[in-house]
Amino acid sequence: MPTRTEVLETLQDEFTGVTASEFRGQTRVVVKAADLFAVLESLKNDFAFDLLVDITCVDYLQYRDATDRFGLVYLLANTQTAERITVRVMLNEPELTVASAAPLWEGANWLEREVFDMFGIRFDGHPDLRRILLPEEFTAHPLRKDYPLQGRGERHNFSVITRGEA
Amino acid sequence: MAIELPENVVVSKLDELASWCRKNSLWPMPFATACCGIELMATGASRHDLARFGAEVFRFSPRQCDLMIVAGRVVMKMLPVLQRIWQQMHEPKWCISMGACASTGGVFDTYCVVQGIDRFIPVDMYVPGCPPRPEQLIQSIIDLQDKIQREGTITGDEFNTPQRQQRKRALLELPILGQTPYFSKT
Ligand code: SF4
Repeated sequence: MPTRTEVLETLQDEFTGVTASEFRGQTRVVVKAADLFAVLESLKNDFAFDLLVDITCVDYLQYRDATDRFGLVYLLANTQTAERITVRVMLNEPELTVASAAPLWEGANWLEREVFDMFGIRFDGHPDLRRILLPEEFTAHPLRKDYPLQGRGERHNFSVITRGEA
Repeated sequence: MAIELPENVVVSKLDELASWCRKNSLWPMPFATACCGIELMATGASRHDLARFGAEVFRFSPRQCDLMIVAGRVVMKMLPVLQRIWQQMHEPKWCISMGACASTGGVFDTYCVVQGIDRFIPVDMYVPGCPPRPEQLIQSIIDLQDKIQREGTITGDEFNTPQRQQRKRALLELPILGQTPYFSKT
């Protein structure tokens, strides 16, 4: 269900540079990185978006007509009214740090770790920002578009066990 | 010099007897990491009945097993685990690489999937297919039994010869465009 217009109006009054759009019943707002935490806090506390559905990211490198490198996406839902909203922040290197949403929703903890693991976006104030899927010694962020599909040799970087050693 | 043997007495070599015992009681270690594992379970279940070939005792402890069946893709985070489990198994031991993914990486030519477990551990049998049917896996176990029958001796010395230690496949990495291959760096 699309977000109520008063939610969008309030956001646009309180914060500068908030653009809202709707596509097939889904509402999306693009906010500035500096306002992100305040926007999420307002959505949670004032408009009861109590469920953080997902945090994910899109790399727009070489995407047609794209002006920013990363689009960080927060999907929120209000479980009382079934409203949904997509909050989006555009990020560019080298400022890839945003405020962590973990103080608002506990579930943001692991979601942000995944985004950090795959895209290398850092979350300020995150309680435990470590890699969640890849091994600790991995250095790259593989879902970035400039990372080669077949990797940089990580999959071959092991010792070989022969019959005699085992 | 002819010796009169009574009926129902068979003459054999002790070596062959040892191999015969080994091949007919394989204890598989199911290293099932993906969809091939489902076929592996089907192979062990009643319809296909691996017990007919003396290999039905799946054990989840490597110390009790002598046949590792790697069923499914192995990712770079899992490979050290695979190697450790392989090292924990006692000789004599064998390895079956089941399915396209375990043998070559299959369709998963990505940064995290190991392109064939035979790059890092020794493999005795490859089973093609995605996934291989239980009949194919049973055929590979029968072939492995023939192999065990051919090579075994009662002292087990053959498990530590240079031939056994040879790598089964050249460790050649296909060049990735714009990347220095890992093996040419070292
Ligand atoms: S070979 Fe096919 S069935 Fe087996 S693990 Fe790979 S994708 Fe799955």
